[in-house]
Amino acid sequence: MDFGGINPIILIATLMASAVPILLAALGETVVERSGVLNLGVEGMMIIGALGGFVVAVATGSPFLGFVGGAVAGAALSLIFALLTQVFLANQVATGLALTLFGLGVSSLGGQGYNGIKPPRTGPLLPDALADLPVVGPILFGHDWVVYFSIAMTAVLWWVLKASRVGLIIRAVGESHEAAHALGYKVNRIRLMCIAFGGAMAGMGGAYVSLARVPQWVDGITNGQGWIALAIVVFASWRPWRVMIGAYLFGGITVLQLNLQAAGSQFPVWLLPTLALLALAGDIILREINGKNYSDLRKVFYFFATVNALQLLYLSWGKWIPMPVDYLSMSPYLITILVLVIMSAGRRGTANGAPASLGQNFHASR
Amino acid sequence: MLRLEKRPSPSRFWLYATPPVAVLLTMVVGGILFATMGKNPFEVIRTIFWDPVFGEFAFYLRGQLLVKAGPLILIAIGLALGFRAGIWNIGAEGQYIMGAIFGASVGLAVFPTESRLIFPVMVVAGAFGGWVWAMIPAILKTRFNTNEILVSLMLVYVAETILAKASTGFLKNPEGMGFPGSRNFSSYPAAANPELIAGSGLHWGGVAALVTGVLAYILLTRHQAGFQIKLAGQAPRAARFHGVSPTRLVVMCMGISGALAGLAGLFEVTGPAGQISIDFNTGYGFTAIIVAFLGRLNPLGIVLAGFLMALTYVGGEMASTNLGLPDAAIQVFQGMLLFFLLAVDVLTNYRFRLAVGAH
Repeated sequence: MDFGGINPIILIATLMASAVPILLAALGETVVERSGVLNLGVEGMMIIGALGGFVVAVATGSPFLGFVGGAVAGAALSLIFALLTQVFLANQVATGLALTLFGLGVSSLGGQGYNGIKPPRTGPLLPDALADLPVVGPILFGHDWVVYFSIAMTAVLWWVLKASRVGLIIRAVGESHEAAHALGYKVNRIRLMCIAFGGAMAGMGGAYVSLARVPQWVDGITNGQGWIALAIVVFASWRPWRVMIGAYLFGGITVLQLNLQAAGSQFPVWLLPTLALLALAGDIILREINGKNYSDLRKVFYFFATVNALQLLYLSWGKWIPMPVDYLSMSPYLITILVLVIMSAGRRGTANGAPASLGQNFHASR
Repeated sequence: MLRLEKRPSPSRFWLYATPPVAVLLTMVVGGILFATMGKNPFEVIRTIFWDPVFGEFAFYLRGQLLVKAGPLILIAIGLALGFRAGIWNIGAEGQYIMGAIFGASVGLAVFPTESRLIFPVMVVAGAFGGWVWAMIPAILKTRFNTNEILVSLMLVYVAETILAKASTGFLKNPEGMGFPGSRNFSSYPAAANPELIAGSGLHWGGVAALVTGVLAYILLTRHQAGFQIKLAGQAPRAARFHGVSPTRLVVMCMGISGALAGLAGLFEVTGPAGQISIDFNTGYGFTAIIVAFLGRLNPLGIVLAGFLMALTYVGGEMASTNLGLPDAAIQVFQGMLLFFLLAVDVLTNYRFRLAVGAH
């Protein structure tokens, strides 16, 4: 069952695995941002986690300890951010950037001598008999434990943020730190714990890149995934299940573009703008139903409709669009931008679901 | 138990003392780092900070200093204008690449014509390339309220893909025997950006950086637009009542920083780098963020900070060849500097007080 040289079942199974690093990092960042902290250092924490996980896994021979090591490394780096922003009240944007620059440097320094080593393999969790079932086997049962862990974490965080007391406190701190302080909560201490949690999740996501996705040590291995995770948090309006949808969407695009590069020009590339068009149309219809403003979006829609119409015109002459496959590797980043535009358009201020105190430091004067 | 207390007004002393203190702290902690790597910390610090200026090969390395400082200063000044207004252009690296590609394309398109007009037109094209690349996040921000940090950063990865395609595809040297990379500008005098005074390291990029430093200082201290930038950063509400248009401010700050980054890219590719190649960009766009903060977002401070950061590059290369210090150690060193800067900066607005008894 192939479609332009691409098997959709394998595609779905692969995208679930390829989405794990972004999903874990974005879930962690969701908690951090819900507590009112904007940590732009996700990329740095991921790559430190990738290195930490790799080093521990190679040293101990246990991939499980590797993931623990990655989480510890990510959390340790995030504590630098917590110290600077929560104790020294440094600007969160600048500190987050510093964290990324520092993390990239440290990982490249510490990773020397690990090139070309194979880490211990993380095998599938369930017996092969289940994974060999047709269609559902590879999609539902063929994964390693981290994939299931990431899905479980989505559910857990959804419940924690929505229904638990801890979640209520985190949200209170993120929406109004003055009010939370007046109620007697230690705002900076709660934020510090959230930051450390976010660091551990990002670190574990990074470890999944170096231990399962690639799996070897390469300089700059996370290649911007931390930034995409940040974008997904915005895309998801700070909600765990939507984070998962976002991560799978991007995992899908990444896998698809790799497959497309391999499959060459067999695949009808014009489908990509068409999919964007359909997504936009769906969003506009949803907003129409909810009675929301969509005038900005309509222009984006017209733009893509024009692009699509031109492409179809061209195709009607019986040619493929001569889109060089080399350029496809930029598609995850372009689609991130497009999705950010769709999510931000027509929503001003906190209407997009951003925590009200996001990015503001808190200093208890009394 | 120490506790923080807000100062009634920012300390002028710490405003100026923060960068030197941060540099000293970085040297101490960096020295410890180098020591754990089995190097003599004093020797490494001397190689990085002293030898390039006063050492044996200083006559050559001083020139290198200006070569590295030029693009850093040029980019950092543009970034600082935006940072002051709370507009975070993080994608200077992408604008730098696009400036280089646009400018180089113009030069390569007319190869081998000789005319005095070619280089100036390339400069304009370079600035235009960076400007266009910065306008994408700017317009998305003003039209759709999209986060400029994420968009400008995503565009770095897009620009890198285009650069890879340029050096292996549409700008590849047709006489390069299949090697990636464009024609070398050093063998095309009309488009080259040579050293202006032999041995000084000064090329047009350095001139542009110093001139921009002065112009930006005048803009910030003597001009209405500079006042609006500072106002929007320090008191957004007051800025709105004053009639500052956020849209115009975003377009202006992103535009200036993009154009300056594009210029830096063009001067680099026609001068020190010599050609468009897959990795001609060396992360100046990201290091410039550190330079902007080290210079306290002040154009004149940035000029000084640019030279200091250039010192770590040049000295770092020396330490790498002479003492076997890994290149990445310098990257860690630079990242650490920004951390210390941000941490020490707390003393500008707060002071530590000994709290007697728990509150």
